[in-house]
Amino acid sequence: MTWDTSTIARFLLENRGVAGHSGRLGVKYHAHGDDWIEVAQPYSDDLVGDERTGVIASGPIIALMDIATSLAVWSRVREFVPHATMDLRIDYLRPARPHHMVIGRAECLRVARSIAFTRGIAHDGDIDDPVAHVAATFMVTSGSYPKVTA
Amino acid sequence: MMLPPYAKLLGVTLEQGDDGTPVIVMPFGQHVVGRPGYLQGGAISGLLEVAAIATLRHALAGEAGARIKPINATVDFLRGGRDHVTRATGTITRLGSRVATVEAVAWQDDRARPIAGARMNYLIEREGG
Repeated sequence: MTWDTSTIARFLLENRGVAGHSGRLGVKYHAHGDDWIEVAQPYSDDLVGDERTGVIASGPIIALMDIATSLAVWSRVREFVPHATMDLRIDYLRPARPHHMVIGRAECLRVARSIAFTRGIAHDGDIDDPVAHVAATFMVTSGSYPKVTA
Repeated sequence: MMLPPYAKLLGVTLEQGDDGTPVIVMPFGQHVVGRPGYLQGGAISGLLEVAAIATLRHALAGEAGARIKPINATVDFLRGGRDHVTRATGTITRLGSRVATVEAVAWQDDRARPIAGARMNYLIEREGG
């Protein structure tokens, strides 16, 4: 099967039988380029962490960026490889604005034999004014990642 | 203690530990699944965040006006989260006048075998502070 980033991302995120947590959150494929991918988290009252302000909780931002960085790895190796998040570090630069969609943009820095390194940012409309910054590492659950060709 | 709407999305409930500290309980379900049969990393992280904030709110119970804002978090995923109930609790490493550091841990059957741990820094905004 030839790799198609948008088709695979839509299948994983939006197919009811496949999408678990991402389906419940409502995360969707947004856009991609050669070395980046964006997923989108539409605003929902369900996601709110602080009812006084309507600001969404930090958990959904981590989930969004976990999804975005994971997809960035598959997009890089052009194959769906079962892997697990090893660690994820996030800086919350500012609260996401209520009623704004949050975009998670990620890129894969390197794929080694069994570990993949990624980084990403979340923003709510202006990429130059990000909501969060993330670094995440993944580990292949069996065997090794495919070799990246050029 | 009131849990936020996001905690309801995760389907978590609040238990009390032996010393009165909050323990957050998350049943398994399709709404928290990542790869088939395993918890999604974001759902585990969300559970850890809810536990950390509940621990801080518990510690700040006497200060009605104190607001808790996340600064950053580092989450380590130690074992795959299987189709079992998951529990999480927090330990406050430091509670200063402006910043608090919380270590949160999540486990399934055996508390001595955590599935994930996190270190989180929070800004504490006190009324008139």
